[in-house]
Amino acid sequence: MAEGEEIFDEMHGFGEGVRAPYASYGCWFDKTTPSALLKKSRDAQTFFRRTGITFNVYGDAEADERLIPFDLVPRIIGASEWALLVRGIEQRVKAINAFLYDIYHRQEIVRAGRLPERLIRENDAFLPKMIGFDPPGGIYTHIVGIDLVRTGPNEFFVLEDNARTPSGVSYMLENRETMLKMFPELFAQMSVQRVSGYPMALRRSLERSAPHQASGRPTVAILTPGIHNSAYFEHAFLADQMGVELVEGHDLRVVGGRVAMRTTQGYEPIDVLYRRVDDDFLDPLNFRSESMLGVAGIFDVYRAGGITIANAPGTGIADDKAIYSYMPDIVEFYTGQAPLLKNVPTWRCAEADSLSYVLEHLDELVVKEVHGSGGYGMLVGPAASKKEIAAFRKKLEARPSNYIAQPTLALSTVPVLTKAGLSPRHVDLRPFVLVSSDGVEVTPGGLTRVAMKKGSLVVNSSQGGGTKDTWVLKEG
Amino acid sequence: MLGRTASGLFWMARLLERAENTSRLVEAGFRMALTRSQPGEEEWRSVLVTAGCCDAYLERHDTIEGEKVADFALRDRSNPSSVMSALHAARESARMTRTALTREMWEAINDFWMVARDALKRPPSETDLPEILTLIRQQGAQVRGATTGTMLRNDIYNFVMLGIMFERADNTARILDTKYYVLLPSSASVGSSLDNVQWEMILRSASAERSFHWLNGGNITPRAIADFLIFDTRMPRSLAYCYDTITYQLDWLSRQYCQRLETHDLAASLEASLTATTIESVFENGLHEFLTDFLVRNASLSSQIEKDFRFAE
Amino acid sequence: MRLTVDHTSTYSYETGVSYALQQVRKRPVSLPSQSILSWDLSIDGAHWETSYTDHHGNLVDLIQLESGVTSVSVSVKGEVETHDTSGVMGGHSQLVPLWLYQRYTELTSPAKGLRALAGKFSRYPAQDIGVLHELMAEIAGVVAYQTNETDSHTTAEDALQQGQGVCQDHAHIFIAVARLLGYPARYVSGYLMMTDRVDQDAGHAWAEAWVDGLGWTGFDVSNGISPDARYIQVATGLDYSDAAPIRGLVYGAGRENLVVSIQVQQ
Repeated sequence: MAEGEEIFDEMHGFGEGVRAPYASYGCWFDKTTPSALLKKSRDAQTFFRRTGITFNVYGDAEADERLIPFDLVPRIIGASEWALLVRGIEQRVKAINAFLYDIYHRQEIVRAGRLPERLIRENDAFLPKMIGFDPPGGIYTHIVGIDLVRTGPNEFFVLEDNARTPSGVSYMLENRETMLKMFPELFAQMSVQRVSGYPMALRRSLERSAPHQASGRPTVAILTPGIHNSAYFEHAFLADQMGVELVEGHDLRVVGGRVAMRTTQGYEPIDVLYRRVDDDFLDPLNFRSESMLGVAGIFDVYRAGGITIANAPGTGIADDKAIYSYMPDIVEFYTGQAPLLKNVPTWRCAEADSLSYVLEHLDELVVKEVHGSGGYGMLVGPAASKKEIAAFRKKLEARPSNYIAQPTLALSTVPVLTKAGLSPRHVDLRPFVLVSSDGVEVTPGGLTRVAMKKGSLVVNSSQGGGTKDTWVLKEG
Repeated sequence: MLGRTASGLFWMARLLERAENTSRLVEAGFRMALTRSQPGEEEWRSVLVTAGCCDAYLERHDTIEGEKVADFALRDRSNPSSVMSALHAARESARMTRTALTREMWEAINDFWMVARDALKRPPSETDLPEILTLIRQQGAQVRGATTGTMLRNDIYNFVMLGIMFERADNTARILDTKYYVLLPSSASVGSSLDNVQWEMILRSASAERSFHWLNGGNITPRAIADFLIFDTRMPRSLAYCYDTITYQLDWLSRQYCQRLETHDLAASLEASLTATTIESVFENGLHEFLTDFLVRNASLSSQIEKDFRFAE
Repeated sequence: MRLTVDHTSTYSYETGVSYALQQVRKRPVSLPSQSILSWDLSIDGAHWETSYTDHHGNLVDLIQLESGVTSVSVSVKGEVETHDTSGVMGGHSQLVPLWLYQRYTELTSPAKGLRALAGKFSRYPAQDIGVLHELMAEIAGVVAYQTNETDSHTTAEDALQQGQGVCQDHAHIFIAVARLLGYPARYVSGYLMMTDRVDQDAGHAWAEAWVDGLGWTGFDVSNGISPDARYIQVATGLDYSDAAPIRGLVYGAGRENLVVSIQVQQ
């Protein structure tokens, strides 16, 4: 962000006093002693460790089960602000689904000249084996997370789309449980919308996406890579809350033309599999043959209409950051409407003009790998040293089409509790979206990620970011 | 229930029981060492033999000494049946079967592991040992409390109980077998104070010294000890009690699943042979032979369960 | 021309199979060049799981071998009315974008040899069918038809270096070079009735290239011609692994031995 640029604080605005959504909270906070809050904060950490809510950070074997810091000052969103977001999210998610259908069928958007063929042609996340296949209900992205950032009262931007496997929903749910335990009186005073219906909503949504073959109540299961996966806690948590089996690849095999799980009483067919295993590892018969995490033949059964895989294989292409830069066109192409949610302005380094601009302004920009995620492989110009910038320049020049660049936005802040009282920290927001034949459902809440270091803009948990409970207030 | 879940529950329970049993063996060995003037190498050796890790120990250490044995049995991660190894593996199994456990149970197991890990960060000194062993016993009791107090009585519970009982029966039989020679009638006639110490070691290893004395009023004979640990269904670590529970749990499963499997026949025949046998005939036919036969049949029933309930493909 | 096919592949294994799943692509579909009059697939030692149409438009049957078997056979029997289209198969009806057929695969990725071969044709105009015929003749000249020197995993580059191979290798080399020259190209597996015999040694394979204005056009390098009425197309794909009659996973079976009996006649 440009120096001296004003930063929007969601509690205090641009310094004009406590904003409306925070009014009740502000009053309550003023009557609370900071030391009591700090004690509660420590209790919360102990609670998380005991219940085993931990997060494995890639490449960090020593601290294989690290806690994500939790801050107990909620992030509060007013009803009208939220309504605005929901409309934008619904529009975007519908467009993403239509886009995925199109690129695995006639690719009208390419024929119409609205999206360069190269973006699909050169994309590893494009799965040729999905071509011409109609997933049950026509749905590719059953579960989506849209990462948003805010710069002003009504200024929201989409930072990235997570159509592949959005994680973090367990934090949304557990953070709320913790807050309910710690501050029951606050919830009595303020009308905060529930998020606890999410697991059952997810189950219903998946059940509705069952293939036609399913008779009776569809059997849903969650496929996890296993206990050493960084998101295992979330997989187990969701299975538990949804009341469905948590399966691993070696629990499953093809039986009678279906994918079935080995139970103590024999094989039982699965109708809908919410898989948290990447495309490449899903099926050693059809994709990477050395995969031990998948199920041989599941893709054959899928194409034959014997199971629903959620999210559909090949959806990852929608998360690509080069595709992202075309999202406004994509929304317009498939919905016929102007996009309600803005994209962050993006330079595509594949284009010569953009590349030379980016190379000249590396110290001001955020440069990201088009296929990257989790905050890895990116350059945050303003925070980087000269040496880091020089090293990154080389990588960028060697493979420009592998990168996009964005300005460093003046991300909004929300206060966190520190020993010295409240102090603003930058945040983003990931609302969780469910898609079924009944429509798009946005859970009123989400995962607020917060950069725990003062001034830092990196909120990824893999890079030391923390989380907050996200409150969406009811109307009135 | 997934076959893998049944497997996870069964092995989680076995490993938790193993952790407790191992720490109890160390406790008994430590107690023996305290009450004797000489170093007590033999007592520590029998701790290792009963815990099934004597060879592994001797690969790493030249001499058998109390502190080294305690460290090996409690902390050494290269020893798969050390308390820390067993707890680590039990917790991994619990994580794997997380959706089948109540929150209380998972937290008790997670706590057990965290407390033990902190307590056993460094090799325990002789002074700290009693406190650490007490801690382990308490944590184990908490897991048991959460198990019986919060779990539904369904197949999940059945597999947990089966795991506990198989491990326990195996452990009790091995305690007896390691020292079977001091229980033979020939040694009873000698009745030296040395034997009294040995007998006490057996009882302590099975947490049975108080209950035995309470029931027998100070009348210690090898026959009474063997009878108590093998046939007394009032004693929760006796072979008979374990098999009582095993057949009960298996009957539950058979009703719930509406099927009777080979497992059920094997278990019934093992239980029947325990019921039909008396301590007299055991001594007539040889205590060691009886225990060896039991250990083999116990292990093969355990594998039959793994097969019948599809623990793996 | 009315052709009948009777084809049985029998796989035997050293030890009993513990687990195996196979994709079978042995059911042709009707095309401008062929009408399927009847076609039956039967399997022994395995059971049918499911079937579907893959992204190339091939019919796929997924079969699972019975556990413990040491022998599995897959048989097809059918009757097909074929038409001579001089190798021109026509338009592209599938949703697969043509650019996909320009992707190099593991079996067709070019190195020095293939690039050099392509270099010989680079001075020709693009989209010229004459070039492709010359390419066909050139490959037949430098890679002699020879059985048992290559196998189903041999890459186009290796077969070219070796200077010998079978129809699969010829097709792979043709595909790789055609792609280097800018033509979308694909692999075809199927049957050819050799007029001098009833018992054929093996299934056949050839290549197709996309020529603007003509569409998919077939080139059988091994026989130096474009497919005529004696050819039946069964499956297509980017290379052998997409169009293979049988491919899959076999666990715990030891060495595999294959005996094929194929009769194609009028």
